[in-house]
Amino acid sequence: MKLSCDIDVKHLTRVEGHGNIKITIKNGKVQEARWEVVETPRFFEAMLVGKNFENAPYICGRICGICSIGHTLAAIRTVENGFGMKPSAQTAKLRLLLKHMETLQSHILHVYFLAAPDFLGVGSVLPLVKSHPDVVQRALRLKLLANDICDEVGGRRMHPTRTVVGGFTMLPDKYALGQFKSRLKNCLGDLVASAELFKTFVFPEFERETEFVALKGEGDYPFIDGDLISTDGICKAEYDYLTMTNEYMDEYSTSKLSKLSRKSFAVGALARFNNNYDFLEQTAKDIAEMLDLRPVNHNPFMNNVAQVVECVHVVLDSIRLIDELLGTEYGPERQEVTPKAGLGVGAVEVPRGILYHCLEFDAEGRIKRADCVIPTSQNHANIFHDIEDLARFCVEQGKTDKETELLAEMLVRAYDPCISCSVH
Amino acid sequence: MTTKQTFLGVNVPKPRVAFFELSSCEGCQLQILNNEATLLDFLSMVEIVTFREGMTEKSDEYDVAFVEGCITRKDEEQRLLTIRKNAGLVVALGSCACFGGVNQLKNRFNDLNWVKKEVYGDHPIDTQEAKPISTLIDVDLEIYGCPIKKEEVEDIVVNLILGKSIDHPKYPVCMECKAKSNICLFDLGEPCLGPITRAGCDAWCPSSRLGCWGCRGPAPEANIKQLLHICNEREIPMERVMDRLECFGGFSESIEQLRRTEGR
Ligand code: SF4
Ligand code: SF4
Ligand code: SF4
Repeated sequence: MKLSCDIDVKHLTRVEGHGNIKITIKNGKVQEARWEVVETPRFFEAMLVGKNFENAPYICGRICGICSIGHTLAAIRTVENGFGMKPSAQTAKLRLLLKHMETLQSHILHVYFLAAPDFLGVGSVLPLVKSHPDVVQRALRLKLLANDICDEVGGRRMHPTRTVVGGFTMLPDKYALGQFKSRLKNCLGDLVASAELFKTFVFPEFERETEFVALKGEGDYPFIDGDLISTDGICKAEYDYLTMTNEYMDEYSTSKLSKLSRKSFAVGALARFNNNYDFLEQTAKDIAEMLDLRPVNHNPFMNNVAQVVECVHVVLDSIRLIDELLGTEYGPERQEVTPKAGLGVGAVEVPRGILYHCLEFDAEGRIKRADCVIPTSQNHANIFHDIEDLARFCVEQGKTDKETELLAEMLVRAYDPCISCSVH
Repeated sequence: MTTKQTFLGVNVPKPRVAFFELSSCEGCQLQILNNEATLLDFLSMVEIVTFREGMTEKSDEYDVAFVEGCITRKDEEQRLLTIRKNAGLVVALGSCACFGGVNQLKNRFNDLNWVKKEVYGDHPIDTQEAKPISTLIDVDLEIYGCPIKKEEVEDIVVNLILGKSIDHPKYPVCMECKAKSNICLFDLGEPCLGPITRAGCDAWCPSSRLGCWGCRGPAPEANIKQLLHICNEREIPMERVMDRLECFGGFSESIEQLRRTEGR
């Protein structure tokens, strides 16, 4: 058994934003083991105060470059819920399609460019360009397809331009949608190959039992719309999000933290998988089986695998959505918006987990107060406690300093944290 | 904008490039990865030595530093000074770095204590007014946009490598928009800053039927009075125009003036 070590990772790489890992082990005892978020806060909730509702999606999208579509859609849902509006079936389908393609591009970016290098023993995707050209090309192909569809539906792959309160400024070209449908069908082979690649990776046998929070599926694997549930049996209405998030601050981080039934909980692909497995497309379930992922799974490293499984699901569901869109005449692209005083809450499953926006409006639709609760901040406490347990796990397993450091880094990366987002 | 360094001529074919981020959404860096079709060609032109978001290796020896984000904390000032010392060329990447970006929206309250309290209550937290990086260091080149246009960045990098000068368009977004025969947003009753915003994005937003929000800052020949006149004529509320003018910080001078005259 290894007795002492001192790990101090400042500004962990291959994650979005700035965080540190600190682990001190003395004489076989873990003295301290923690995850700190040192990102600079940008104060979006204050920025929004006094602004007219039309600014909310536009500004909130800038909380995060990776999930700008998710933030934009969450803010739109919040405004529409606040004003008592319901999107048309067409708008709902287009938004879900856009959401799916953000999920695909974000998951592919994460599993291939950020997570895979650890499993292949390299420091970044760059050496893989030479050693595994087919793998890199495959990742780029999948990402390109997702981004191309985001361009067509949202106007732009990042900080979308067509998504507004009430609907869209412009609808996607139907011919283009038809083309995308065949590209989506063709990419299934690439997704199976991705799953086969992940099958070759060795995942640490580390588990820590925790609570998983997600939207509740009603017939579909949920991304937009639904109650809030947890694997500990909690179920609340979207409007009651504060009872799910319970934010607090600690001395180490500029990010807030959350808890529910236990000292921490997790959100994200694995949490969605654990809560809503039944609603996955059969092929996605088959891929999960092939990768030994079954609900409820408590190994945080398996979030990578859950992302691969979700990629399959969103591609199949996107094909269905495009079929439905092509099968009906387009209705109007947007509806009239009539502001109303009151409170709106919008919960949306973004790539890294459930995201909440809440806005309070005056009668003209000006924002009086804003609150955003980000998936990564909900995960922070869970990461923190995982790191503690992982340090003990490494002591027991007699891991070297280098191995311990790498495992701790891989653990944080598995959550695909979006740190600048969490400290918005 | 001229580049001060000329060593990036043909005899230095592979510049060592580093990416850094201050307060930002990291979207501008991501835009570079987002150009899947040409990413591999792009990567073969430069040697990326630091890119925390994408790789573990890092180095303090680089020719060109791309800095994304604005300054909002003391430690960021220190990092920026070090980057300036190490780099031959410092490029401000995106509107956060060039003008403060959306982050500077918190400055408009002129009350940092209120801003802190609104978000963190009584929990102590460190922040300053959001500032563009040029307030602290010399910047050799600015790349505008929220987000930056990836094709434009690649053109700029090619020109840097070839030692060519880099010229931003002097005309406004409107010129690009008209060339594309888009429906004019004003005809739909929507505000648009296209007439006064620096071109280079190929009228990205108006081409998706969203009015320009001015993310690239003012065109050298911007006539704000004229724009306000058009908006007035079309009965577009002043508030909507101000929202756009103040969103990214590029029009901070005009907005100061307007606030005084409008009494806002
Ligand atoms: S300029 Fe816009 S896209 Fe770029 S980092 Fe800033 S907020 Fe993000
Ligand atoms: S939409 Fe905007 S950019 Fe295009 S022509 Fe009209 S004012 Fe100019
Ligand atoms: S149209 Fe305006 S807001 Fe849109 S990208 Fe161009 S400059 Fe920025």
